[in-house]
Order: sequence, then C-alpha cells, then structure tokens
Amino acid sequence: MFEALTGKLTGVFDRLRTRGRLSETDVLEALREVRLALLDADVALPVVRDFITKVRERAVGQEVIDSVSPGQQVVKIVNDVLIEALGGAGVVPLNLNAAAPVPVLMVGLQGSGKTTTSGKLALRLLKRERKKVLLASLDTQRPAAQLQLETLAKQAGVGSLPIIPGQTPLQIAARAMETGRREVYDVVILDTAGRLSIDEALMAEVKAIRDATNPADTLLVVDAMTGQDAVNTAKAFNDALGVTGIVLTRMDGDARGGAALSMRSITGAPIKFSGSGEKLDALEEFHPERVAGRILGQGDVVGLVERAAEIVDEEEAEKLAKKMAKGTFDLDDFAAQLKQLNKMGSIQSIIGMLPGAGKIQAALEASGKSNLDQKMLKRQQAIISSMTSGERKNPDMIKASRKKRIATGSGVTVQDVNKLLKQFDDMTTMMKRMNKLGQKGLMRQGLGALLPQGKRPF
Amino acid sequence: MALGFFSRLKEGLTRSTQKLTEGITAVFKKRTLDDAALEELEDILITADLGTDVAARIIANFRRTRFGREVTDDEIKTALAEEIAAILAPVAQPLEINRALKPHVVLVVGVNGTGKTTTIGKLALQYREQGLKPVLVAGDTFRAAAVEQLQIWGERTGAPVISAAANADSAGLAFDGLTRARAENADVLLIDTAGRLHNKSALMEELRKIIRVLKKQDETAPHSILLVLDATTGQNAIQQVGVFKDMVDITGLVVTKLDGSARGGIVVALAEAYGLPVHAVGVGEKAADLRPFDPMDYARGLVGT
Repeated sequence: MFEALTGKLTGVFDRLRTRGRLSETDVLEALREVRLALLDADVALPVVRDFITKVRERAVGQEVIDSVSPGQQVVKIVNDVLIEALGGAGVVPLNLNAAAPVPVLMVGLQGSGKTTTSGKLALRLLKRERKKVLLASLDTQRPAAQLQLETLAKQAGVGSLPIIPGQTPLQIAARAMETGRREVYDVVILDTAGRLSIDEALMAEVKAIRDATNPADTLLVVDAMTGQDAVNTAKAFNDALGVTGIVLTRMDGDARGGAALSMRSITGAPIKFSGSGEKLDALEEFHPERVAGRILGQGDVVGLVERAAEIVDEEEAEKLAKKMAKGTFDLDDFAAQLKQLNKMGSIQSIIGMLPGAGKIQAALEASGKSNLDQKMLKRQQAIISSMTSGERKNPDMIKASRKKRIATGSGVTVQDVNKLLKQFDDMTTMMKRMNKLGQKGLMRQGLGALLPQGKRPF
Repeated sequence: MALGFFSRLKEGLTRSTQKLTEGITAVFKKRTLDDAALEELEDILITADLGTDVAARIIANFRRTRFGREVTDDEIKTALAEEIAAILAPVAQPLEINRALKPHVVLVVGVNGTGKTTTIGKLALQYREQGLKPVLVAGDTFRAAAVEQLQIWGERTGAPVISAAANADSAGLAFDGLTRARAENADVLLIDTAGRLHNKSALMEELRKIIRVLKKQDETAPHSILLVLDATTGQNAIQQVGVFKDMVDITGLVVTKLDGSARGGIVVALAEAYGLPVHAVGVGEKAADLRPFDPMDYARGLVGT
C-alpha cells in the first residue's frame, strides 16, 4: 500500500535525523519535500504555501540550528504547525446551545456521505447525549434519498419525518421544525440534497433553508479523498452559508486526509467529526493531534486504544493482562484474544493506527503476508478449537501426531498448525519482553520496542 | 441529441477550468518563460489535480522547448492542450456493447458515493434509446434504499430491475440477474454493486466472488468491468484505480461529476499511470449528460481555448 504522506515525511525526516546539525539549506530542502508530500496528500496548494511559510519561520534560525537534536526539532515544528492548522488539540463538539428543537443542517457535494452521516449523528446523539432526534430528508433530487434516510432512522432508532411526495425542500424543512416542536424533539437533523458549489439555483435554495430554520450548526460533509477542489467547495459553501463545522467522511480509506487541512484552513470552521466505516456507529470525534500524528507517521495509538476499549470486554482484558504478567498465558487465552481482535475490525485498519504503519505495511507486503484478514483469524480459532484442553494449557506437548490430528480436525495443513504455534511462541516471548520493559518503558519507547528490529519512525 | 452536445460538455468543462484559465491568463500576458513563470505554471497544473509528477513532467517539456521565449496566453494554452490531449488520446475508447453476446454483462464498481447507480440509470436510458434491451441488477444490497434508487431508474427507462431483500448475497443476485437476462434475451446486463473502499480486502473479495459466480454461467462474463470515479477525487484515485485493477481487473473508467468547480486533472495522471480506457464522462444530472470521452475537447476545455 502506498502510504502517501506518512511514507514521504518519514523518509524526509529519516534523512534529517542522520545528520547532526541542520543548516538553513537542510531545512529548506526538507521543506521542499514536505511541500511535495503535502501536495501528493491532496492538501490544497494555497494551504500548503501557508503551512510551509509557518514552518520555515519557526524552523530556520536559532530554535533549530542551535538545538541539540535539530532533526527532532523540525519534526516537532512540522507536527505542531500541522496540529494548529488542523484546529489545535482537543475536540469541538456539536453545538446544541439553542432552543429545542435544535436544527442541524447537513450540506455538501453529491456522494460526500451526508445521508449516512446524518444517520450516524442521530445515533450518536441518542446514545451518548440521550437526545430525542428527528431525521428529515430534504433531498428531493436523488431517487429514493428520502427513503434511505427513513431506513437509517429506523436502524438508529430515532424519529423520521414522514415522507410527503411533491413537497419542496423548503416546505419539508418547515414541516420538520414544526414536527420537532410539536412532538418535543431535542434535535432536528436536516439532510439536504448534494449540490455543486457552482449551482447557483441549488445554493440559493439551501440558503433559503438556512434562513428559514436558523441552524445551530451547519455541517459541511466532505469526502477525505477530495483533491485540490476542496478549496473551491469549502469557499463556496462557506461564503454562501457560513459553515460552522466540517465532517470528514471515509477516513477509513487510505487517503491521508489532506482535504482536512484544506477545509479547516479555508473555512476556519472546526472539523467536528470523522466517519470511518459503513456501520452507523462509525462516527468519531475529530482529534487534530491524532490525525496530525497519523499524517506524520506517529500513528493513532490513542484511537486504537479507544476503539479497543469500546469493544473489548474489560473483565476479560483484565484477566488476560494478569495472566500475561504472570506468564501463564495459554492457547485458550490466545483464542479469546483472537475473538476480540475479530471484533475490532479489519487488521489492516488496526495496523493503520500503529506508529510507523507505512513501514510495517510495506514490510508485510514485501514478505507476502499482506492477506492478514478476518479469514485468517477464523482459521486460527478453528485450529485452537481442534485441540484438547490439555494441549491448550500446555502447547509444548503438541508433537507430530497431535499436529496431524489438529490439522485434520480444523481442515488445515500441519504447516498452518506450526505457524500458529510459532506465532503463539513469538507472542509469549514478546510478553516477557513487555513485562521487562514495564508499562512506562512501553509508553516511552512505543510499540516499536516490541518489534525485533524495532526501528521507530522518529 | 447532437445539438447541445458540445455546448453542454464545454459548459461543464469550462466551469471547471475557469480557474485554470484565469490563472494561465494572469501568468502569461506575453512574458518571458523563465524559471518563475514555469514554477507558476506548474502550480496551476497542480491545483487542477494533475498531480506533482505529471505537472513536473509537462513543465520539464516546456523548459526544454520553450525556455526563455516570449510567450503569449494562446501559445501556452495551445501547447498545454496538445500536451494533455496527447496523454489522453490513447485512453479515449467508448464502451462498445457487443450485441451478439446477449447479454453483454457490465459490472459497475467503485468506492462509495461516486455515482455508480446514477451512471447505470443513465447508461440504461441511453441503451434503450439505441434500441437495445437492458436489464438491471440492484446489486447494492447493503446501503439503505439503494435498491429503490435503482428501481426508480428502472421505471424511468422501462428496464426490468432484478432485486433481492436487504443484505442478500450480491453474487447470488448477479447470478439470478444473468439467468433472467438470458431468458429474456436482453442485450445488456448492468450490475450495480455496493460502494466499497479499495483498502477493505473483505469487500474486494466479495467483488471477486460476484465475478466467479457469473463465470459459472458464462465463462466470458463479465465482459466489461467499469470503475466509476468521482472527478473531485484527488491523488488517492491513483491508489483506488490501482487496487481495483489488481483485484477485479477493471476494463474501463467512467468519470463523474465533471460539472463541478474544478477537477479532471486526475484523469491525466490516471491515463499516464494505467492507460485504462476512459469510456464516458458525467457532466450533469440528466441521462443525456453522460458523454463519450473526447480527449481534444477535454483538453481544450481544460485550458480554455
């Protein structure tokens, strides 16, 4: 996989690290590569220019040249400026400071993910904020768009404005607000039709809807894969409507989110959420510092931990941790772990969150082990299921004839069984190393410390 | 249909390229083509999503042949159009429906929200107008109301739509669709699929399964595999097309939403990287707005001559 920005910047800074002190020329050379990398990651050109200027202002001069580790210093400055440009550390929540029912207007280009995001947002408000949410589709353009939102409302368990064919978007908006008041909803999410920013008639229409409903938040929904056009779209929607928040969708793809930087810089509006999957619960708060880290190859470790915390059974995890510490981790525990891994989603998306993911993925690809998928997990679970409980507690007893039996039982080859046992063996070794490092060591040195030739990206 | 064709295409493309045109006009009001000018020109190409590599290559050509010359707007535009058209010319190949196949099976794939279903609707209407008999398969059994969306297109075009319950197996549905299309002696079978990100291997595997299952009935099916690409997509399109090509062997591209504010440059980069045929471009919401891809018009529209 081509890890656009991560790979490039890691390359640039690897080179920086190998030199002791940095001259101004070094900084400028690095910044040229940063510029290219940002452009290849679809950050819009004017935004890249601003970014480079800011980094140069801070990097060239005392701060860098006199510092002990100039390479690290440049990395830090790029990272800092990136976080700032993405909106600074922290999360900006949805604005619900208005008289109920609070209107939230969803706008954007066709196919950016407005309807799906509306459904996700409704579920989130219901689950996390205990709000009574009404979903209303104002999309009279695309066939079955209203039906789509109605279906999503059902799935999320929130209210849906009854569809009356023939009504204009403005009429639907009025009816939605009226229904919201009458039926005492907390929030009314108005999902509009996708429109091109240059379509004057449709832009005027959405302006009229905004004026009529006075939304507390006007969210511009943007595809993370968007290219240079992000600037035009952001500017047009912001000029017409005054965008108050951005939702970045398809962050589970491998586009590195250059559009995030562009959108945020052009509109000045915070990126409030990011969509990262097709399921209704795949909407996360946008964390600028994490995304900057991901862009720079430091990985989204916090995101990984959070995701794990949501899915992994805490008691179970506690039990496993104790066993790991004691060194009594057996194949039963391994099977339990595989099961939880299975629940966390595709391995690739997990790896994507790890520091230096680009390198790991490249290494996996080179070694031909890139098909780390759900299937493999299932197969491994099957292998363990074919073992006796004695074998699971004491894997050392598994010799040739037992291996043959297990392989037959789980429908795999003896090699597969060997592979699993080897993996288990590696894992227990890793755990022992982890115990030696202690939790603090792990935090300080990162996951790279666990890898055999653990070379960290920074 | 011929009337308004070029004006419509040009209108769509002109809007997208207005910025590029303005930029070029601003830069080259008869001035010496020096390093600064070349750099500005390169930036203009980059903002049109041509990508840094392609932009650099084009600029390198300019440097070789025109460096230090006094140049005007027109010269630059013409040269740029020629350059771009030369890259695009080999990939301009319309999708030819083979009437002997009965049906010619077309599988339509792509990431979410690029316009697969809309493209199928438009294609069905066009085939209908050409006197062909299309059958549609609502293979997006995942997204809410995707089936209904295609069914409405079916009503508009009078084409039968094969569908199944939500979350049904799309491969089985495609198989049924092919059976039905054969029984009805249809000319074209258009199979819609759920949008999927190229980096989700399980979903890509699902596409391969659809193809495997189709081959059980007709070893040569699907005869065409179209990737629908959103023109607002940036450089990630290179990865997108690359993975789809590797996984399901796509035979051609349809580029949608070219009537937006600025884009199209990525098509040039894709032509260089993969040389896959570009069958059609979408320049509007109406069925007639799905147009054949004409490289010279496209290039001219892009630079505004």
